[in-house]
Amino acid sequence: MFELKRILSFSLICINLLFAFSMAISPVSAAEQVTLNIYNWGEYISDGSDDTVDVNKAFEEKYPHIKINYINYASNEDLYGKLKAGGSSYDVIFPSDYMISRMIEENMLEKIDVSKLENYKYIDDRYKNLEYDPNNEYSVPYSVGMVGVIYDSTKVVSEDTGSWNLLWNEKYKGQILNFNNSRDAFATAQFLLGKSVNSDDKADWLEALEKLKEQKPLLQGYVMDEVFLKMQGGNAAVATYYAGDFLTMYSENDDLAFYYPKEGTNFFVDAMCIPKGSKNIEEAMLYIDFLLSEEIAVANAEYICYASPNTLVPQNEEYIEYIQEMHPDALEILYPQATAFRTESYLNLSEEMRRYESQLWEELMSYGSQDAGIYILSIVLAVGILTLWITASIRKRRLSKY
Amino acid sequence: MKTYSKVYLTVIFALLYAPIVVMMFFSFNEGQSLAVFSGFSLKWYKEFFKDSVAMNALWNTFLLAVLSSLISTLIGTFAALGIDRMRNKKLKNAVMMGTNLPMVNPDIVTGISLMLVFVFIGRIMLFDHALNFWTLLIAHVTFNLPYVIMSVLPKFKQMDKHLVEAALDLGCTPTQAFYKVELPSITPGIMTGAIMAFTLSLDDFVISNFTSGVDFQTLPMYIYSMTKKTVKPDMYALSTLIFIVIFILLVIINLPSKEERAIKKKKGKRRSV
Repeated sequence: MFELKRILSFSLICINLLFAFSMAISPVSAAEQVTLNIYNWGEYISDGSDDTVDVNKAFEEKYPHIKINYINYASNEDLYGKLKAGGSSYDVIFPSDYMISRMIEENMLEKIDVSKLENYKYIDDRYKNLEYDPNNEYSVPYSVGMVGVIYDSTKVVSEDTGSWNLLWNEKYKGQILNFNNSRDAFATAQFLLGKSVNSDDKADWLEALEKLKEQKPLLQGYVMDEVFLKMQGGNAAVATYYAGDFLTMYSENDDLAFYYPKEGTNFFVDAMCIPKGSKNIEEAMLYIDFLLSEEIAVANAEYICYASPNTLVPQNEEYIEYIQEMHPDALEILYPQATAFRTESYLNLSEEMRRYESQLWEELMSYGSQDAGIYILSIVLAVGILTLWITASIRKRRLSKY
Repeated sequence: MKTYSKVYLTVIFALLYAPIVVMMFFSFNEGQSLAVFSGFSLKWYKEFFKDSVAMNALWNTFLLAVLSSLISTLIGTFAALGIDRMRNKKLKNAVMMGTNLPMVNPDIVTGISLMLVFVFIGRIMLFDHALNFWTLLIAHVTFNLPYVIMSVLPKFKQMDKHLVEAALDLGCTPTQAFYKVELPSITPGIMTGAIMAFTLSLDDFVISNFTSGVDFQTLPMYIYSMTKKTVKPDMYALSTLIFIVIFILLVIINLPSKEERAIKKKKGKRRSV
């Protein structure tokens, strides 16, 4: 009995210690301190490396009563899943255009009164009143960009460039890369075919699928961030990716070149939103406004390498110097003038179309002979194991006879 | 035959360690590229220590790994003790099945089901943050437990039960017998269990991703979130450091203990006699 008590008291002490520990690390401990939960893409804010501005630290210094709790997600879908699951409240999130319209539809966002944001006036009119948020009620643009075609100028003749067709060019068989996510991959075919990327017509999507099936034998693969390694190392000749990321690749391999296809391309807006359930809307507004200020917007644009929707940024001399050091034409690449080609951003597809799209994507992924290798390998392995087992058991039986 | 086995061994080891060697090599690269080695530098090691988010994530990961392995070792050892003392064979087997099940369960199932439970309880209790550090800790203890039990239980079986009886005969209380006789002989099992729990907790991504809340981000989650852009080489530097630390830890643990060395010596002597 006595021993039991000792064990109990010991475990109680343990638990007490744990709680004391938790108080030290838990964000709610200090009385009037507010903790702001910022949920952003990875590598999507200037973080103090390479002697850049540490944005979150700068904010905490400016507003000592606010503590930033900064965590990351990898995709819009991850963000959506985390919000839908519930169980946590975030204060500022950075979804992309189509995800914003989906979140608005599903009533997941707080309204933002942009008139209270001192720096909102610097946002380029081009990024206001867009389809995903027609009245600018829910989102404040943070970072924008466009998809283009990247090619290795030592391998690709310049006559072949200019169009999405380059990704279907037989000459570069085995040297072409396409996106490894359904929406972006379908978009390449849809732009080439002159269809809308937000089409409601199943026939349009089917046509795009046929085009992609035609392309698949020419591809080296479907890639996401592996594209950096492949293009920098000269392991592929043609790829499609974001303009800002081209600059990063170019700084490692200056044989690379870039163009916007004449048939048009996708542009994206990642914007700041306040999700429903946020307890610190006032502080979240301070944070959003802070990110719109010139110094911070420039720091972030330099770090992320994507275009900024903030009109002060492309006029900032330090910024221009910085990106022109990466690539002489960086300014034209990131901020193309009144566009000569069609641009379209993704909108939220209807539930039915979403399902249809992912079904088509599955079909594309399993299309072709790529899978045969796996089947052959597993059959060979199975046969091998079977013969081993049979010979072993036969030998055993023979042995047991004697 | 001997040369074949040597070649085979080399190939296997090359396949196992080539990725780590490549990563270590490029952690010393001056540039960002994995294709071009532009010069030796410790730049990425410095970069990493400046990256406040990554440092925070690293600290979180270690904190979580230490706490969850300690707690699960404590609970797991007592669980193993209880299972060992069970008289009802059927019940014993059933309990062992039950504790082993989470091991074969896919991470994603464990992760989602734990998340659902936490969120459900959180809704009932009207918590703001149903998912937080504590749910993450509970989740980690949960998936660590079977491994601890699995490594402690056999030690109980291997132990000579007569030793305990002898201790009792010589005037120990049952508790004293446990602490003085049983505990030392199961210690190796406890150690392996604790280390296993520690490493499992250190590299878990799937379960953490589902059960963590806003206040706590672990390193695997941080690295995964980088896939929008590209994983920065300072993560290679970090992984190299972690690999070296774990490697040293494993070497220390696998060094023969005093007793083992003593036994070996004795055996050697006997042979020489």
